[in-house]
Amino acid sequence: MKPETEAELVEMIAGATGPLAICGGGTRGFDVAGEGLTTSGLSGVELYEPGAMTMVARAGTPVAEIEALLAENGQRLAFEPMDHRGLLGSEGVPTIGGVFAANVSGPRRIQVGAARDFLLGVRFVDGAGQVVKNGGRVMKNVTGYDLVKLMSGAHGTLGVLSEVSFKVLPLPEAEATVRVADVDLEVAVQVMSAALGSPFDVTGAAYDPALRQAYVRVEGFAGAVEYRAGRLVSDLARFGATQQVDERAELWRGIRDVAAFQGREGDVWRISVKPSDAVALAEQLQAEEVQFDWGGGLVWVLVPAGTDLRARMTVPGHATLTRAGAETRAQLGQFHPEPAPLAAISAGLRAKFDPRGILNAGLMG
Amino acid sequence: MEMPSPNPAILARKADLAVKLAAVLPADALIQDEMETRAYECDALTAYRCPPMLVVLPRTTQEVSDVLRICHQMGVPVVPRGAGTSLAGGALPTADCVILGVARMNDVLETDYDNRIIRVQTGRTNLSVSGAVEEEDFFYAPDPSSQLACAIAGNIAMNSGGAHCLKYGVTTNNLMGVTMVMMDGTVVEIGGAHLDAGGLDLLGVICGSEGQLGVVTEATLRILRKPEGARPVLIGYDSNEVAGACVSDIIKAGVLPVAIEFMDRPCIEACEAFAKAGYPMCEALLIVEVEGSEAEIDHQLKLITDIARSHNPVELREARDADEAGRIWLGRKSAFGAMGQINDYMCLDGTIPVTALPLVLRRIGELSKEFGLDVANVFHAGDGNMHPLILFDANKVGDLELCEEFGAEILKFCVEVGGCLTGEHGVGIEKRDLMLHQYLPEDLEAQLKVKDVFDPQWLLNPAKVFPLSVTEGRRAVAIAAE
Repeated sequence: MKPETEAELVEMIAGATGPLAICGGGTRGFDVAGEGLTTSGLSGVELYEPGAMTMVARAGTPVAEIEALLAENGQRLAFEPMDHRGLLGSEGVPTIGGVFAANVSGPRRIQVGAARDFLLGVRFVDGAGQVVKNGGRVMKNVTGYDLVKLMSGAHGTLGVLSEVSFKVLPLPEAEATVRVADVDLEVAVQVMSAALGSPFDVTGAAYDPALRQAYVRVEGFAGAVEYRAGRLVSDLARFGATQQVDERAELWRGIRDVAAFQGREGDVWRISVKPSDAVALAEQLQAEEVQFDWGGGLVWVLVPAGTDLRARMTVPGHATLTRAGAETRAQLGQFHPEPAPLAAISAGLRAKFDPRGILNAGLMG
Repeated sequence: MEMPSPNPAILARKADLAVKLAAVLPADALIQDEMETRAYECDALTAYRCPPMLVVLPRTTQEVSDVLRICHQMGVPVVPRGAGTSLAGGALPTADCVILGVARMNDVLETDYDNRIIRVQTGRTNLSVSGAVEEEDFFYAPDPSSQLACAIAGNIAMNSGGAHCLKYGVTTNNLMGVTMVMMDGTVVEIGGAHLDAGGLDLLGVICGSEGQLGVVTEATLRILRKPEGARPVLIGYDSNEVAGACVSDIIKAGVLPVAIEFMDRPCIEACEAFAKAGYPMCEALLIVEVEGSEAEIDHQLKLITDIARSHNPVELREARDADEAGRIWLGRKSAFGAMGQINDYMCLDGTIPVTALPLVLRRIGELSKEFGLDVANVFHAGDGNMHPLILFDANKVGDLELCEEFGAEILKFCVEVGGCLTGEHGVGIEKRDLMLHQYLPEDLEAQLKVKDVFDPQWLLNPAKVFPLSVTEGRRAVAIAAE
């Protein structure tokens, strides 16, 4: 099913007789059983005010269309949403609704916040076919409960987004990457921690163990970037051979989209931990192939199919099974099981918002 | 503002409840004397007062859990309280409630500079969180005006903002984890030192839920390294429209100042009379602050002043040193004190799209004439968070009601132009009855369902946020179940 209006979306959900598999462009690998329902027919930017740094768009609007419009006005989606197609080998057109429903953020998340931090307002249709509005299009809003955050990352299980309004930020004039070469994970985490604890507004801090290189990114006005990169080069030199490198956009796109694991056999896990726990986590996982972002706090792992990494992980955090075959997904679940009291709250919320249990049923618990 | 009348059946349980609470609390943590409970009769919305039945001041999460479990078993409503600085009546008691104050829970539990977090008990004041990490040149970013007094617990309940959120975000963007006690006494841990929730974003819905979903006793907060420096510039215009256009042009040019503050003529005059900061007498004054190294600041200020000059300012003053920077901020920071000296006032915080600024200011001016009450405007212009201060005389019969009516008209207009009722103070009781101007009944119903899940008996701060008529059925069911 592919509704073209919110009213059609309401009809389709209200009239559903069985489970619905909700998606935007279907590029992010959240497959569930049920009749397909895509929001990609609900497309188009409805309002864009560059001077207020806000945009309102229908949920199925392609991310590429939004990014192009923003770029024309010198702005961008600052949380740098990942494109999952390379890693998952999926096809289709990523939508803005999908980005927010799955709370998809990239390397810049450590500096500016996640997708959920930029989402200002939503319209959605709950499992009973009721349209609900929450939030708005202003940057500060504490009027009633923040269901905007609740919807972001709910992966369609509480309702199907029909419209989103969000904050955008100016494109920087320049960017630079500082590389610290030949460091092990322990030192790399110290490098990234030192960079993120500096006053230089670091917007990316990643580590590639295969190359033994740590990367730190700064962005802003050209003069500021030159100054900050220079300061970082000298401040980080105590950890290893440090220099400013020229790879820039391609490098960070590769980190964002986990280029290291694209086209390779095996399951891919995405683990969020306290950055300084990255070292202990790496030991616990006993995995050959690991990539680090967010100063060490975001860990991508490639393992042989069917490996249960959660069973090996003892540090606090959570592990999401981003890419795996249907059997492993069914066996391990894509999302980290919640502690009992939280699982009860989540189940309670799903029962209220989707009383028939038809929206991406079973995906999140 | 109407509050539900106290339930006699609950009032009759006072002695029994006190005995049970005394069994789980240290002697000094339970207040039942009527003279002493009076200290908790209101928050910073002082026009409304009601002493609670009892007050508890626990020191540990376990004590909070014991108190809530007992109140839950006995069907007694609980009103959580941080430092009592809410301008919206968020901590206003009812006569049949227990006030649960977290002010004695103010320890720093952990500071971790490598991971850029601090974990505190939530009774700790906002400013003292920054104080705890200042030595290492770190700070906690959200900075509500009441930061000297207000507690993190209240900041979380109201999702508080401040002058610097244009760059750093509000509480919800800086809150990473909580320890929260549910109404039945269950203690839950949500989030932590890692980023982003694994399951549903419960942290996101708890922040800003005005103490209706649980009592947050500990919080993991993001701390940031202080910028190398910061400097403001003062820009005066002879019309609000031009000042508004200047703000919009600054943002469009790709400069992201850390703060853009806006004051209108009545506010400038009052502040000048009070603080003598040397402000020019004009229609609109902007204070724009940028951060970075000296060279970065110079560069950004040049861009900003170039834009400002293109709009023909009547005054443009760059701070040359810390003293001048202090003078620029002096008037703005004393705005509320200045108003307080002139008169009683009510401070609103409706938020609007930045582009609607001139229109809304004009409408406020018209309404001011209609109602015959003066109003001064001071606000965070970068994010459209207005702060109209309506002056009234509390000793004059009917003036408060007139002021409230005026305030309601302003907030309705904020909603009409695409904004919202409250940007950072919260709904509390103050804006409760206006909620149906912003949301349809179905939209509110979705929010009530969330409370049904967290607090099925509707015992936590039950008479706030939503119009009483909307929650009546749910509160009545809770009472009938006793």
